[in-house]
Amino acid sequence: MAMAAMTRLDPQSRAAARGWSDLSIRNLFILPTLAFLIVFNIFPLIYSLGYSFTDFRASTNAPANFIGLKNYRDLLGDEFIWNNFVVTAKYVLVSVAGQVLVGFGIALLLNRAFPFKGLVTTLLLLPMMMSMAVVGLFWKLLYDPSWGIINYIFRLGDFAWLSNRDAALYAVAITDIWMWSPFVMLLSLAGLSAVPKHLYEAAAIDRAGKWYTFRRITLPLVAPILLIAIIFRTMEAFKTFDLAYIMSSQDTTELISIKLYKMAFQEWQTGKSSALAYIVLIMVLAITNIYVKYLNRVKER
Amino acid sequence: MAAVKSKGALVGNRLAIASVLVITLIFLAPIYWIASTAFKPRALATTVPPTVVFAPEITPFIKLFTKRVQLTKPVDPAAYDAAPWWEQRILDNGERVLRTGANVQLSAYPSRFMNSLIIAITSTVLAVGMGTLTAYGFSRFRIAGEKDMLFFILSTRMLPPVVVAIPMFLMYRAVGMTDTHIGLIILYTAFNLSFSVWLMKGFMDEIPKEYEEAALVDGYTRMEAFFKIVLPEAATGIAATAVFCFITAWNEYAFALIMTNRRAQTAPPFIPSQLGSGVIDWTVIAAGTFLFLLPVAIFTFALRGHLLRGVTFGAIRK
Repeated sequence: MAMAAMTRLDPQSRAAARGWSDLSIRNLFILPTLAFLIVFNIFPLIYSLGYSFTDFRASTNAPANFIGLKNYRDLLGDEFIWNNFVVTAKYVLVSVAGQVLVGFGIALLLNRAFPFKGLVTTLLLLPMMMSMAVVGLFWKLLYDPSWGIINYIFRLGDFAWLSNRDAALYAVAITDIWMWSPFVMLLSLAGLSAVPKHLYEAAAIDRAGKWYTFRRITLPLVAPILLIAIIFRTMEAFKTFDLAYIMSSQDTTELISIKLYKMAFQEWQTGKSSALAYIVLIMVLAITNIYVKYLNRVKER
Repeated sequence: MAAVKSKGALVGNRLAIASVLVITLIFLAPIYWIASTAFKPRALATTVPPTVVFAPEITPFIKLFTKRVQLTKPVDPAAYDAAPWWEQRILDNGERVLRTGANVQLSAYPSRFMNSLIIAITSTVLAVGMGTLTAYGFSRFRIAGEKDMLFFILSTRMLPPVVVAIPMFLMYRAVGMTDTHIGLIILYTAFNLSFSVWLMKGFMDEIPKEYEEAALVDGYTRMEAFFKIVLPEAATGIAATAVFCFITAWNEYAFALIMTNRRAQTAPPFIPSQLGSGVIDWTVIAAGTFLFLLPVAIFTFALRGHLLRGVTFGAIRK
């Protein structure tokens, strides 16, 4: 097959005319990918949809009993699960807001010419390329109550960030902000550099104030790309598992993914966790939908 | 364009640059701290106040790779002198290296690191290979419902790992694929495939159609045109996509945590698991972390021109 494709054909020959039709090449190129994704992503989801209506537990050999919508009813009426969603919402809000403030702020500062700008920008981007699990691990070292450098620098004594019920979520969010502000910065920089220079020149001629220029020129033009950054980070923060799971075992940091993991792989409530997985899935797909819509809008500009 | 800048604007500019440099140092401090801990003597890793200046040593890395036990009696000086230099470093710390016969017993770290390499590289090759073909298909041919299909492809990337892991775990368990390399390779390939399709489609769209059309007129078949004209043109894009896929697979934690526990375990679940086992030696953990992060740091520099594109799935190119 590949051999035939690589052989140079005489354009006048009938073999060339027959060749591989565009249609079959198209199918050959696209169908394997679609098949792969359907087999390894969609089929498993259908499989777990089935389990979500049962009381199946993967830790026992007991057969699964069909229990209808009971799992969903139980989950939606369970105040502990609601609490997981509240924790998640708080986490998303704090960390995404922090990332936008820090990331956009740095982008504004970076948006000028200076020596080694490229190097500085790349160095700032390092945190977001790292493994969340490993970042969580080494921030534990920084947060250590007795010898961590954070407490030492800020003179916090033996304040236990990660075992303090109220502070733990913020401690994880701070790590997330450190890790992902560079992402917002990167997108903001692209938005800022796309603002036409002549607009600023015109504003300067009109003696427009700095704040006015920022509000009426910079912000509206950067907004679409900033929005993409916000939606994407919201989705990712909503799904966060690694960072919070590694850093803290408090119930005040039990994000919905962590609850899902525990329900499925520690309590082995396979049926019920499948139902919860579906609830989470629908929420993620809703955000994805909004994300792709905005992505296409910016792309078409 | 010769805008006259006021003195105030110049000062403002200088201040902004100065604050950027300070912020950069603050951002790098955590990375510097873990890197420096990897070269500290154990006694200096957890001091109060923190030790900033010290004589770096590589003992943590020797410990990282070897299996050791506490010494129960003092070392015989003759045996100490006979030991190779790296083993002396261990003996200095009151430990000895375990051996089977003459061979030094390795710790679990090197095998986890190798697992990470094997799984990340194989899944990257698969995802980029299939993704490149698919991207070409979407870029060049008219496809009914193209937008919906591309959304479907992207949405598989957005699925939370734990959600996919529940049914996959049951399926893998049923066919005996938990804790296997192939099991993780499949999951990572699926995960990276959608990303690779989107990113490569952006690169493919940038290659002028006229190149292949000219080749087709010259008597190339479509396949030849693809392999001989399009692929070389797309080389940079393919390389950038591959590096992104590699980093994603290299860093992945949740699937690895759930699907593997020993034989096929990768470094991300392994490195934090060391915290739970007995006395914590942070210098060894830092050494393991340092080696694990090193490839990513190097790749980040290699990728710097493509980062924006990569993180937006090819949508924003600049």
